[in-house]
Amino acid sequence: MSNNIIDLKNISVSFDGEQIIENMNLYIRDKEFITFLGPSGCGKTTTLRIIAGFQEPDSGEVIFDGKLINGVPPYKRQLNTIFQRYALFPHLNVYENIAFGLRLKKTPEKEIKEAVTEMLALVNLKGFERRNISSLSGGQQQRVAIARALVVKPRVLLLDEPLGALDLKLRKDMQVELKNIQKRLGITFIYVTHDQEEALSMSDTIVVMDAGVIQQIGTPTDIYNEPKNAFVADFIGESNIIEGVMRADFWVEMAGHKFKCLDKGFGVDEEVDVVVRPEDVDVVPVSEAMISGVVTSTTFKGDYYEIIVEIKGFKWMIESKYNQTVGSTIGLNIVPDAIHIMKKSKYSGLYGDYSSFSEEFEELSDASYEEEDE
Amino acid sequence: MTRKTSLGGKLYTVLIFIFLYAPIAVLILFSFNSGKSTAVFEGFSLHWYEELFRDAATLAAFKNSVIIAVVSSIISTVMGTAAATAIFGYKNKLLKTSVMTTTNIPMMNPEIVTGIAMMLLFVFIGGVLGKTGTLGFTTLIIAHVTFELPYVILNVLPKLKQTDAHLAEAAQDLGCTPFQAFYKVVLPAIMPGIISGLMMAFTLSIDDFIISYFVSGPSSQTLPIRIFSMTKKKVTPDLYALSTLIFLVILVLLIVSNVVASRGDKKLAKKGGAK
Amino acid sequence: MKNKSSLMTRLAGAPYIVWAIIFIIVPLCMVAYYAFTDKSGAFTFDNMLDIGKYTDTIVLSVWLGLLATVICLVIAYPLAMIMANKGPKKQSTMTMIIMLPMWMNFLLRTYSWMTILEDNGLLTTTINSVVDGINKLTQWGIEPIHLINTRGAVVLGMVYNFLPYMILPIYTVMLKSDRSLIEAAQDLGGNKFDVFKNVTVPLSVPGVVSGFTMVFVPSVSTFYISQKLGGTGTTLIGDIIETQFQTAYNYNLGASLSFVLMILIFICLAVMNKFSDDDGGVVI
Repeated sequence: MSNNIIDLKNISVSFDGEQIIENMNLYIRDKEFITFLGPSGCGKTTTLRIIAGFQEPDSGEVIFDGKLINGVPPYKRQLNTIFQRYALFPHLNVYENIAFGLRLKKTPEKEIKEAVTEMLALVNLKGFERRNISSLSGGQQQRVAIARALVVKPRVLLLDEPLGALDLKLRKDMQVELKNIQKRLGITFIYVTHDQEEALSMSDTIVVMDAGVIQQIGTPTDIYNEPKNAFVADFIGESNIIEGVMRADFWVEMAGHKFKCLDKGFGVDEEVDVVVRPEDVDVVPVSEAMISGVVTSTTFKGDYYEIIVEIKGFKWMIESKYNQTVGSTIGLNIVPDAIHIMKKSKYSGLYGDYSSFSEEFEELSDASYEEEDE
Repeated sequence: MTRKTSLGGKLYTVLIFIFLYAPIAVLILFSFNSGKSTAVFEGFSLHWYEELFRDAATLAAFKNSVIIAVVSSIISTVMGTAAATAIFGYKNKLLKTSVMTTTNIPMMNPEIVTGIAMMLLFVFIGGVLGKTGTLGFTTLIIAHVTFELPYVILNVLPKLKQTDAHLAEAAQDLGCTPFQAFYKVVLPAIMPGIISGLMMAFTLSIDDFIISYFVSGPSSQTLPIRIFSMTKKKVTPDLYALSTLIFLVILVLLIVSNVVASRGDKKLAKKGGAK
Repeated sequence: MKNKSSLMTRLAGAPYIVWAIIFIIVPLCMVAYYAFTDKSGAFTFDNMLDIGKYTDTIVLSVWLGLLATVICLVIAYPLAMIMANKGPKKQSTMTMIIMLPMWMNFLLRTYSWMTILEDNGLLTTTINSVVDGINKLTQWGIEPIHLINTRGAVVLGMVYNFLPYMILPIYTVMLKSDRSLIEAAQDLGGNKFDVFKNVTVPLSVPGVVSGFTMVFVPSVSTFYISQKLGGTGTTLIGDIIETQFQTAYNYNLGASLSFVLMILIFICLAVMNKFSDDDGGVVI
């Protein structure tokens, strides 16, 4: 047998005639930190709720530690959940919230006290035992929720966008802390988020989902460097997705230039999507350049400039240490390692170039203007 | 932000308060009158209070009122709380709106219509069963439960809405059965709504005259019905005495509940602030 | 998608639904049934046709009910505004002062007005002794006043009994409406009256509508107030219904009158709601 703790087999869910999850197959290894990543409505939370037992799939099998657990109610499952808004019990204080699960198991009072104290230490909330839930900050409530779920020693912890309500600084701190807790306790974390940065920095494995379908499963580096299709490429980080044609193995033509690349196995003259990350494009003098274009806008981002360059009617985004004059022509080079070829998918062409960037912004400001006029 | 009320505004407020309390003050004053007049105060006496406490019919009616209020408010609170939880969980829009519309009917309908409608039902059932005198204690309790239910539901529903939707799930997640999750977590969270619903149901029941008037029988007078028959007489200072007592009870209850409430707030604030 | 606890919650609603059908829906059907049958249970329109005799009563009921409601609105609105501008502590005290009389049974409150307004009651005797004095000093010959058993007394009784039901909803809505809206309006250069007309009033419409219904419905259907303060001269629709059920025992006529009253009120409510919706739409 494998060391899979959870197996999802052919899971389908629909609601009001709308397909929420379509024939999903997924296994989750014991002790790993796995993240479901996707935009809202992609089915990630539903998947989590199926694992937790709050929802039953229309069809398919949920297997936990080798045993089929379809129909097993949540309170009999060896996994616990951190809810989006923590769902702490407002009528109980911090101590009683954490002790809740142990009380149900009729644990002796002495053991409860030890366990709660240990958990409070783990989440850095020593001395908060008698505090009211309503008197805690968001971050502190978050910690209580973690302690409450972990004290019952689950095999798997499910986290449903747990950091969504926190501000940026606190979110970053909690990311590190969560990862540390997971390593220290050595249990499986299943994490749901729509924040790609969060997913990249915490996970062992990322499951990218859209429209109820798994788009790609892989390590953060795999997902970032070798996205399977335009959706994944666009959702994870900034990317230029250019239409290209494979002229031969290791040779792709795009933007009017034949580039050397590391990909092979495509048909001759097969149309493909090409991904180039903004930070992988080098600015060079026009005379030495593979391709060149006109700078249409630049934005200062602190440690780099974000430069939009129009090349043959397609607006690229590049990140450069040096600013460029708007209107000037600059040359660009791309090394083979920076080019990633993807097969055409239903997402091809959906994510245009970066021209929409500024237009969107103008539309927005127009709209707010009208509102003020009223 | 508060703004200073102008002198005119203050005068206006005072005038309205005088308007609201003048009749009550008159009642209280003349309840201590030794004579029967309601225009001339002839001297202080507790005569009418003695009279009141010797009036067996009034005392019996009071007892009936309390029994009916206790029984009906408990029934309506239990049923209404369960109903509110169910209504809150309904996914079917049509079901939800039709149940809520039905719930609103007793509140929108004139009480006299609710009263005679229930009376007709009871009389009709009595006719079918071939019995006379169907109206009595049972019909009073049924009618009271019916008009109290909407108020219980409308007090509990907002609390359910305020409660974190995942609270029950979190409890189940930690090992509660769905039923345990309800009474260990959801119930405490909505308790303030349930209690205010219960209190409202109790007060409405004690206070109700119009509906009770149509569904009560000769053997099941409530206090308001007794008051109604007492007001058929022309001058009855014992009724003034009764009014005074009722007013005092209400006043004390209101003050006590306010003090308790504000103390609770202070305690909570202290607890929350302490490290 | 199957949601787990749904079965249990659905079952929790079952007793109420059964109860509501038997004791809310069926009784209303009983009213309709009695309204359209005769004593033997045969279908008839006679009761409905009989109502024509009571047209004057119905018109008078609606007229006095409306009058009382409008007077309540006029009195309550400024008070609600004053209250909404007070600090929280004063607000809760004032709310208590307004609610306290509501907790007294309305029979007692009405009865006390009866004793005050009576010919040998406190108010009438006081005023008439003043009138007497003036008459003695002058040659005006003012008639002694008579307060009880007039329509005015009935309206007074309605206003007194139901005034809190107008104050509280308006006050609540004013309290909830965002103060910054009023400040924003002032900030944009509105003078006091403009702000009142364009911001305060439109925002308070929901409160006014609910106050209106809470005063109008019991006023138009009352029988006790008209009996005690109106005497025999002011018979309202409620009085006639009460008589059919408590003394005349003509349930069919009583049911048909109730049926008409119910329809009348539901029409009023519908109109009120429409009015508030329209208004809300224009403002926002």
